Amino acid sequence: MAKQHVSTIINGEPVEFLCEPQQTLLDVLRDELNLTGSKEGCSSGDCGACTIIADGNIVCSCLMLGAEAEGRKITTIEGIAKGDKLHPVQQKFLEHAALQCGFCTPGFIVAAKALLDQNLNPTEEETRYWLAGNLCRCTGYDKIIRAVLDAAAEMRGEAAR
Amino acid sequence: MPNLSFSAPTTVDEAVRALASAQGLAKPLSGGTDLLVQMRSGRVRPEVIIDLKRIPELIGIREESGRFVVGAATPGTMVYENESLTRAWPGIVEGLDLIGSEQIQGRASLAGNLCNASPAADSVPALIAARATAVIAGPGGRREAPVEAIVTGPGRTSLEKGEFIVEFHIPKPKPRQADAYLRFIPRTEMDIAVVGCGVNVTLDVAGICTDARVVLGAVAPTQLIVNEAAEALKGHRLDEDTLSRLDAAAQRACKPINDKRGTIEYRTKVAGVLAKRAAIIAFERAAGRVAGVH
Amino acid sequence: MSYLDKDALKVVGTRPIRPDGVDKVTGRANFGADMKLPGMLWGKIKRSPHAHARIVSINTDKAMALPGVKAVTTRADFPDIPPDKRVLGAAPANLWDLSRNCMATGKALYEGHAVAAVAATSPAIAEQALDLIEVEYEVLPHVIDVEAAMAPDAPVLDDSIFTSGIEPKPAKPSNVTKMVRFAKGDVEAGFAEADVVIERRYTTKPVHQAYIEPHACLVSVAPDGQTTIWSSSQGQFMVRGYTSRIVGADIANIRAIPAEIGGGFGGKTIVYLEPVAYMLSKKSGRPVKIVMNREEVFRATGPTSGAVVEVKLGAKKDGRITAAKAVMKYQAGAFPGSPVQQGCICGLAVYDLPNAEAIGYDVLCNRPKVAAYRAPGAPIGSFGVESCVDELARELGIDPIKMREINGAKEGSKAAHGPTWTNIGYMKTVEAAKAHPQLSVPLGPNQGRGIASGYWHNAGGESSAACHVNEDGTVTVTEGHPDIGGSRASMAMMVAEVLGVPFETVRPVVGDTTAIGFSAVTGGSRVTFAGGMAVTQATQKVVEELKKRAAIMWDISPEAVDWRDGKAFPAGPNAGSFEPLDLPEIASKSARTGGPISAEVQINAQGQGPAFTTHICDVEVDKETGHVKILRYTAIQDVGRAIHPSYVEGQMQGGVAQGVGWALSEEYIYDKDGRLENPGFLDYRVPVASDMPMVDTVMIEVPNPRHPFGARGVGEVPIVPPMAAVANAIADATGIRLRDLPMSPPRLLAALDEAEPMRAAAE
Repeated sequence: MAKQHVSTIINGEPVEFLCEPQQTLLDVLRDELNLTGSKEGCSSGDCGACTIIADGNIVCSCLMLGAEAEGRKITTIEGIAKGDKLHPVQQKFLEHAALQCGFCTPGFIVAAKALLDQNLNPTEEETRYWLAGNLCRCTGYDKIIRAVLDAAAEMRGEAAR
Repeated sequence: MPNLSFSAPTTVDEAVRALASAQGLAKPLSGGTDLLVQMRSGRVRPEVIIDLKRIPELIGIREESGRFVVGAATPGTMVYENESLTRAWPGIVEGLDLIGSEQIQGRASLAGNLCNASPAADSVPALIAARATAVIAGPGGRREAPVEAIVTGPGRTSLEKGEFIVEFHIPKPKPRQADAYLRFIPRTEMDIAVVGCGVNVTLDVAGICTDARVVLGAVAPTQLIVNEAAEALKGHRLDEDTLSRLDAAAQRACKPINDKRGTIEYRTKVAGVLAKRAAIIAFERAAGRVAGVH
Repeated sequence: MSYLDKDALKVVGTRPIRPDGVDKVTGRANFGADMKLPGMLWGKIKRSPHAHARIVSINTDKAMALPGVKAVTTRADFPDIPPDKRVLGAAPANLWDLSRNCMATGKALYEGHAVAAVAATSPAIAEQALDLIEVEYEVLPHVIDVEAAMAPDAPVLDDSIFTSGIEPKPAKPSNVTKMVRFAKGDVEAGFAEADVVIERRYTTKPVHQAYIEPHACLVSVAPDGQTTIWSSSQGQFMVRGYTSRIVGADIANIRAIPAEIGGGFGGKTIVYLEPVAYMLSKKSGRPVKIVMNREEVFRATGPTSGAVVEVKLGAKKDGRITAAKAVMKYQAGAFPGSPVQQGCICGLAVYDLPNAEAIGYDVLCNRPKVAAYRAPGAPIGSFGVESCVDELARELGIDPIKMREINGAKEGSKAAHGPTWTNIGYMKTVEAAKAHPQLSVPLGPNQGRGIASGYWHNAGGESSAACHVNEDGTVTVTEGHPDIGGSRASMAMMVAEVLGVPFETVRPVVGDTTAIGFSAVTGGSRVTFAGGMAVTQATQKVVEELKKRAAIMWDISPEAVDWRDGKAFPAGPNAGSFEPLDLPEIASKSARTGGPISAEVQINAQGQGPAFTTHICDVEVDKETGHVKILRYTAIQDVGRAIHPSYVEGQMQGGVAQGVGWALSEEYIYDKDGRLENPGFLDYRVPVASDMPMVDTVMIEVPNPRHPFGARGVGEVPIVPPMAAVANAIADATGIRLRDLPMSPPRLLAALDEAEPMRAAAE
């Protein structure tokens, strides 16, 4: 079976890889590109642990073939911080103790960042529904929602300045 | 899948040729939110995958006089962002938007949801209720068919080898015409509909229904256009009596199964409840839409 | 030295950022499936499609012949484990059962039971190879429902098992592996003197821990048998020990490295994959990685028991319970060991009962072996007892909180299972519930409020810890407990408190099995208690050593040195006038004053304190669809001492969410062939973010005097009350009492319609 050759942009860097046609983008990220920050929780698009941003939309990378990444702009958890400067969502997760085991955390952070990219003033309900595709079994979601709302408040404050 | 091949044609004709000439099971790929799940579980083992998303005319929404044209592979996020379509047919847009999570919405499409042919598909009842049609490309050229003609049974469509949907044509609402879609799920998100109901009504100046379509999902092998329910609405205002007859008609039409998502008895009852609730919303929206949408 | 005075604490009780946090929010942290080694192979497991079947033959020739396949393994590679080797140290598992769970022996006992495995150069080839393994089965009748499995004509899973705990010993083998019983006083007399007696029956379905990270491991066996295991688990020493017994290797030859773990809740306190990967690695000569997919997690790893709980309560008109009897029947799955005894104990432990009796049955059935799930057994038993107490309260016309004020466990009262309570905070949780503002929020139409309490005993056990002062005066503390919920932050906080140094100068490390002494699993709510005790003691030894070194540097007696605020001080004016010495100064001279400054401590921690909690739940019911919405939820718990309050709150909130899912939407659904119909997160419905409200937490601190900081376990008891709290709230909202979990919309709607037939007919 011939491998696909794919050229794409991941976290702002041009990347080329070979993959088998049935490999998902998640398989490629983790097993070919050593970007293991995106996690496999279910392989059926139900848990969000594999969430990435593709051309501006959050998607489950387990439901995208590696070959589909051709020519697209992909952002993974590894691209959210800038060097040693954490994104406000990441910082607030730490301050609010919005993670316990941390396995779902990359998916939540990517999804939350995408929410705040388009809406800096989400309500609690909007935030919960936006994040309904990210399962957490440890926290009961309380501190996660607080962290996201606090990150939004901080980003609004900075935007206002 | 040892023999899987993948290609991404950039024109409709290229895609038709690739699908028609494929050896073995060939699947068009839209958002992949059903296909990849089925491949992973082994339920479907395609040998050829044709990604349709590089064909420009399959992604995007445009308005023509009298109708919206929605590219078959347009993802839910793009549909939801289209203010004009959302204002015109909130029921259709909500139906699509209810599918899965925000992540699923980044990929899921009307054509994918329709052609997956699950009886519980969320975007289909309101589409049928709006009398939308699908434009299909194939080896024999293009043809147009009402959306309700596409699904023939669970997992089965009337599409021939080499055919795929290119776009949907959705007529614009007339004055005092509006829709609504509701579904019941056990949680607040992320579930497959236990029952779904799309209601599309046209009212006269006095608030009396002059035309209606009521479509139920997840209570039969395919979506059900419930004529008796439409008849219960036509010629009437939405009062307690009408609601009661609507409820009964919806329940009578149900032919559901017992499965891990719901029982026959439960689905039947809730079909009646949703028909009433969706009708209330559709009537309210229709009454507020005096000028229609042009 | 004790640190029980909260006001004197500088670090413990604050909320610093956890030391592993940045790695986890940036995707750098390595979990079980994130490791690779050169030459690595991918392992996959072939599983029985039948719920109960004799394995007639297995032919792996075709699989072995597929290019890319490097090894195949079946039961034939695994040693039998003689009776005297089936228990290892103080670990609870029966290793012969566990071995046969990892790889079926003669019979497949549940759908998903492993029967063979392969290792190949790619996942796709391994998958193909599975299809080429030919297994011939003789399908046998199966049984899953607990009472069906107890029936005399039920298919028997293991004909060498005769029910223990009943006299005389039965003549026929049975799926009932044991009956347990304890009693206090005279229940029959107690019922006789009651004014009201009610008897009710409650049922629950199996539910899974549903951690988001599937099981994963990477095992490398060298030709001389020296082995490295990288896996995420609730205990690297457990992984090492259990694997060694199952594969027949010496413990010293195995190094188990703990990856970060993506949730466990008890489900990762045993092994499934490591012994299988070991065999594949040994046979192929290459490292082997096995990762379960989500379906395998559901089909083949232990959910908790489904159960029947029968409760009989008698009380006087004034609300005093005179007698309580509970009969509990729990599924054990394919091998013995359901937590039925815990269910009996914990269900009744909340109350001060003059007369009580509990009987429990452990029942084999054709579904995966039960694995521990957060306070194992207690949520089920408490669902029955707390619902029944609520029903009794309603019969008597007594407020449910008052019912618990009257009957709740107090200082000095004797629990039905034996112990006399001291230093417990149960009544404080009841008082706090009574005073909580949630009780004054007015309830609208179709809304209701429910109260329920819970108990969990928490574990002590073996832990080791080492405290090292580095050459620059910073501190490394090594402990042996995988950190599932933020515990390593608490360890560092306790060390920093004892030393009197800033938290950021203490780095905690979860060591592998070669880096630290034996430590029992992260489970039983024991890490902050037992691990904390060990790190505190190790650090206290380091403080003594630091004082000695200061004494040498000052040339005075060690008794003349005090330690406070991170520095050595002369003890008094007679000791001499020296400037205080801090850690960097002492450390820089350590080679000259005696060598490295380090201490390691190994303990078997005793004196764990029990946990009590009371919950308040408000719901709204959609009476036309049976949908239940949780409006408000408050969890009030005696936490001993909250070392890091955010992580204690997190345990409470997480346990509540799991309990809510257990109450309303989670269940294993089997078809008529005993196959699981919902092995995925689509139809195995755990709460999502939009299903839950904020969960208010109230932490009451009644310090456990037997821990240096007063800590008691906190992680498990939060899951105990929610099912009853929700059921009681639904009863309050609708008048409908649901006694079968989950209380899903179809069940509630059917019950509503049955209760109001006029309403149903009108539709």
